[in-house]
Amino acid sequence: MHNKTIAELAKGLRSGEFSSVELTSAFLDRIKQHKVLNAYVTVTEDRALQQAKAADARLATGDAELLTGIPIAQKDIFCTEGVKTTCGSLMLDNFIAPYNATVIDKFNNAGAIMLGKLNMDEFAMGSSNETSYYGVVKNPWDINAVPGGSSGGSAAAVAARLAVCATGTDTGGSIRQPAAHCGITGLKPTYGRVSRYGMIAYASSLDQGGPMTRNAEDAAILLQTMAGFDDKDSTSVDAPVPDYMAGLTNSLEGLKIGLPKEFFGEGLNSEVAAVLEAAINEYRKLGATVTEISMPSLKLAIPAYYVIAPAECSANLSRFDGVRFGYRCENPADLTDLYTRSRGEGFGKEVKRRILMGTYALSAGYYDAYYIKAQKVRRLISEDFKRALSEVDVIMGPVAPSTAFGIGEKIGNPIEMYLSDIYTIAINLAGVPAMSIPAGFVSGLPVGLQLIGNYFSEARLLNISHQYQQVTDWHQQIPKGFE
Amino acid sequence: MSLTADNVKQIAHLARLGIEQQDVASYARDLSGMLDLMTQMGDLNTDGVEPMAHPMDQVQRLRADVVTERDNREKFQAIAPQVDEGLYLVPKVIE
Repeated sequence: MHNKTIAELAKGLRSGEFSSVELTSAFLDRIKQHKVLNAYVTVTEDRALQQAKAADARLATGDAELLTGIPIAQKDIFCTEGVKTTCGSLMLDNFIAPYNATVIDKFNNAGAIMLGKLNMDEFAMGSSNETSYYGVVKNPWDINAVPGGSSGGSAAAVAARLAVCATGTDTGGSIRQPAAHCGITGLKPTYGRVSRYGMIAYASSLDQGGPMTRNAEDAAILLQTMAGFDDKDSTSVDAPVPDYMAGLTNSLEGLKIGLPKEFFGEGLNSEVAAVLEAAINEYRKLGATVTEISMPSLKLAIPAYYVIAPAECSANLSRFDGVRFGYRCENPADLTDLYTRSRGEGFGKEVKRRILMGTYALSAGYYDAYYIKAQKVRRLISEDFKRALSEVDVIMGPVAPSTAFGIGEKIGNPIEMYLSDIYTIAINLAGVPAMSIPAGFVSGLPVGLQLIGNYFSEARLLNISHQYQQVTDWHQQIPKGFE
Repeated sequence: MSLTADNVKQIAHLARLGIEQQDVASYARDLSGMLDLMTQMGDLNTDGVEPMAHPMDQVQRLRADVVTERDNREKFQAIAPQVDEGLYLVPKVIE
């Protein structure tokens, strides 16, 4: 039951092969069995079983949607009314959200079952899930390796079959990189496609929620529910949502793939490169043509990102002040002491590092040199993408320079950790959609192939991914011990 | 470019962010490393380039000036660290 896709499960629920209560109970049992991964911060067992009962009743009336009765899990960055929403931080360890994120409302309306809230890097700042207040998540393919981050709990839970599918958020690669490291499918939609309302903000001009699933078809089903204009999100884009399932099986004959030479140079592990080359050859067999392209501004994506993201983070996280919600220090001497110690004690080291960086970049005398300069570089990077995507249909490349690294290996050197985001960050700066799909293994660890498309081309990216998944079985591999 | 321990303390003060004395040196080192990375941007000529804030250059939407929110004060204050008679409590500001 736990290895079935959403479409297969929907069929089973309708034919009476199993009920949503049975399906939900099976996943709740698996979550208890595999606590070692530390994928969940909170398991909402009672609520899940109640929702499952309601879903069974709805299924019986014949008025159900594709996701009705399907057990999914939410990254703990989405506010869930009446349920602890921690964002991986001590700061929000006592925070029971008073309202639902729009994404959560949409899943509730569809009748999906929420199994619980998933572990993540603190405030989504990290590439390894090691910055979480709730401890590192372990990679189901090798429990000594990181799952990637920041949506590490989501990726591990989906790979280990502790949920049918999950949500993630991606500010600089936080859906795609953990998806690659755990061998699942992840989609970061176009900026503004999925509502950010109730999704705890890190860097608001980059943050975007999206699906993390076992295959492209499931991702299409999730995105169909998640996407759409939301009046409550001031940067939501008012564009119609297409049918993401309709074009999945379209032919790839004549597809033009561009490979940026900047993505395949120094720094990319040679075994990972060989896996990607084999994947691109599969696309040739499916009728695609491949050309080398150049995107010269890409090399400045990391410096621009590490100005813009911390700057926005320092502004967003100023709301955590120990006054209205969240952590408050003991016995504050005065108001400044209340702010300073509540924030100092409530935030972890990586969050503090980024608040400091952002505060500096925005401070008097440095604003033009750093923040405005970075926003100008950002425009040049987005123009590189626009130019490239007027010549090719899709850009392909690596998601990460190597497979999942060991727990503890990079946490002592933040700059080195930042550099591992080299292939994902530019996509957020440009705001275009991108996916990671399983493309093979190196020494038993999964490798992801990244697909980058033009604005609002999610349906095309899902089609390109789905067709690859029809002729390969990398996405069907199950980590040992989680069959 | 490198930042001193005093620079780090000054930035932390601006952010009202408590940092441990023992961590100051490592923040100074990490932030200096990040600033070194950022100097690479200086190599790119950005004269005449418009800064980009939204990927679709969308501007903030305006809406009619009408009340859309309900009064949720009790619900929101239920999760506050300290409230009294509908007010959020903080240490005394004026003696």
